[in-house]
Amino acid sequence: MRIYFDHNATTPPAPEVIDEVTSRLAAEFGNASSIHYFGQRAKAVLDEARSQVAGLIGAEPSEIVFTSGGTEADNFALRGIADVSAGRLHLLASAIEHEAVLNTLKALGRHGCRTTIIPVDQTGIVRPDALAAVLTDETALVSIMHANNEIGTVQPIAELARIAHARGALVHTDAVQSAGKIPVDVKTLGVDLLSLSAHKFNGPKGAGALWIKRGTRLAAILTGGKHERNRRAGTENVPAIAGFGVAARLARAKLASEGARLAALRNRLEEGILARVPGTAVNGAREPRVPNTTNISFEGVEAESLLIALDLEGVAVSTGSACSSGTLEPSHVLRAMGLPTHRTQNSIRMSLGFGNTEAEVDYVVERLAGVVGKLRSLTRAGR
Amino acid sequence: MSGGVDSSVAAALLARQGHDVIGLSMQLYDQREGQPRFGTCCTIDDLHDARRVAAHIGIPHYIVNFERQFSETVISNFVEEYAAGRTPIPCVHCNGDLKFATLVARAEGLGADFVATGHYARVERDGATGRYLLKRGVDAAKDQSYFLFTLDQAQLAHAMFPVGTLDKAAVRRHARELGLQVAEKHESQEICFVPDGDHAAFLERQGAAAAAGAIRDIDGRVIGRHDGVHRFTVGQRKGLGLSSPIPLYVVGIDAVANTVTVGPRAALEQSELTASGVNWIAGVAPAPGARLTARIRHRHREAPATMTGIEGDTVHVRFDEPQSAVAPGQAAVFYDGDVVLGGGWIAKEI
Repeated sequence: MRIYFDHNATTPPAPEVIDEVTSRLAAEFGNASSIHYFGQRAKAVLDEARSQVAGLIGAEPSEIVFTSGGTEADNFALRGIADVSAGRLHLLASAIEHEAVLNTLKALGRHGCRTTIIPVDQTGIVRPDALAAVLTDETALVSIMHANNEIGTVQPIAELARIAHARGALVHTDAVQSAGKIPVDVKTLGVDLLSLSAHKFNGPKGAGALWIKRGTRLAAILTGGKHERNRRAGTENVPAIAGFGVAARLARAKLASEGARLAALRNRLEEGILARVPGTAVNGAREPRVPNTTNISFEGVEAESLLIALDLEGVAVSTGSACSSGTLEPSHVLRAMGLPTHRTQNSIRMSLGFGNTEAEVDYVVERLAGVVGKLRSLTRAGR
Repeated sequence: MSGGVDSSVAAALLARQGHDVIGLSMQLYDQREGQPRFGTCCTIDDLHDARRVAAHIGIPHYIVNFERQFSETVISNFVEEYAAGRTPIPCVHCNGDLKFATLVARAEGLGADFVATGHYARVERDGATGRYLLKRGVDAAKDQSYFLFTLDQAQLAHAMFPVGTLDKAAVRRHARELGLQVAEKHESQEICFVPDGDHAAFLERQGAAAAAGAIRDIDGRVIGRHDGVHRFTVGQRKGLGLSSPIPLYVVGIDAVANTVTVGPRAALEQSELTASGVNWIAGVAPAPGARLTARIRHRHREAPATMTGIEGDTVHVRFDEPQSAVAPGQAAVFYDGDVVLGGGWIAKEI
């Protein structure tokens, strides 16, 4: 038996998505920039996908720029703004952003931008006063993720955006972990830029988007042909983008029902573990949180051992981030929350998705209790 | 699984025999792009090879992060030993303190009964005494039993060396037959974390003090200067910076006095040695007068010797013929034929 509880890493594509991608790959080989019949057919596929993706976040199709994924969308937002913000060269991001934002910020810092990290509280939330304290009149962009990938906490983006806008800064939110899980509406959030990734909600890998509010000045980071209305050069990946569109349509249609179902499953998992396994605690605020994610620390157990032992039992989970060779480093998210070092190294993330069942949740609770007990007995034996 | 041919074949043979095999590779230092290069073993490319082999033979594979433990056991010992004027063998600590300690504990947590490695050595249970015996690998040229002498009975009880009964040619043949991508891969000979062989530069990067001192001849006369005792090993001829009508070798290192003593080749020879911290694998210590063979470094051809005395875990041994370059810090491993009786660390004083 194989159980997949790592949907924040990636999700299996929906059957409708697989059909869409394979049929478009076979039938629509045209270059969407071509004027002839083949180009028009490809263009029509892109147009439909653009409408579907815009529909998921309450945006206009013309505001969607397709990218290769969430990382490119984040790079585009930060680098694109830094490029056009002569005079305002201060960039802000929260301490718990994805590496796509944090490492891009670091790179821009090496190229003359001033950068500041906004701290989070011990529940993993950016407090409005923490943002206000670091905003300046030079701040060009504030980047704060909508939902965190490791602990699932949802940030008060609308309130943070109002504070940033009052000082004349633009606001980007990485919505890669919230889109398809909770309602994401660009007008409600009040932001200027928003990143999406298809494969986080049962779409294909290699497709994502940056939503750019109409009228926002932003430089292209991939330069070349006049694709995506001059904002992102490179022949569009038509089959993947078509699959992205279908995934967005499916996600929008089942958002309420699937959200409630996953929340019930996640709570059952969480309560089961807290009740069955001593020495456990949930990391981060339990509300507001995306409905599919839990991050739990297991006292006296190394996350690396727990992860491997669970995989050998057929249960796929993860910890924060994996480095290039595939081993674990202490989570920067848990560290930013001020958790003690041992807790940053004994925590695992479980993220549920379409297809997970109550029976799977109960099985995992059972296996976890056994595996953790065994690992702890070895630790106590002084090994 | 280091990504080399030996551990790859070890894993593949066990899997083919029907064992439930889990592949583990150790990450021993930071592998991120842009970090200073540290070593050649278990590099990203080696991990890539290990992963491909595991996928090919159909076993799960994980990389376990032992950076901290490697630094605390192997690297720190390496630095301390050189600073004390001795010549360390990091592989012994890596085997005894990491692979057959931390890694075994980790494997036990995963429900594994044994840890198998690609060492050329054999472990056998003595029917009469019930003890686990460590024996040399059948390929005399590849035998690695010397590096395993610290293993105790509990460690040997959980150890498997699947290639120990094969010679290198047979291992490569198996690798080809099994379709392993690493069948023709070159093997590393140097200390894995000192790939360029410049251990002095490595030690200085680790903070070893380059304190200058005197080079003396065997009569105590100062005949030159050195840049730190950590740059020298007993038996070393190169890099002394001395001009002499006869070749001069390092015959002694005194870290406390910060002195290196050099002499002619004959001065390197000694007939006796003292080893401390001896681990007797095969059972009780041999009685004084016992005949055995002793190996005093990895590539040394073992020499016949007689046990002359024993006090606690310290033994005295006399060779039938004088041996060259008995270096404090190296191991003296004692054999009875193919069986490793035990071994200890060569001590300074005779």
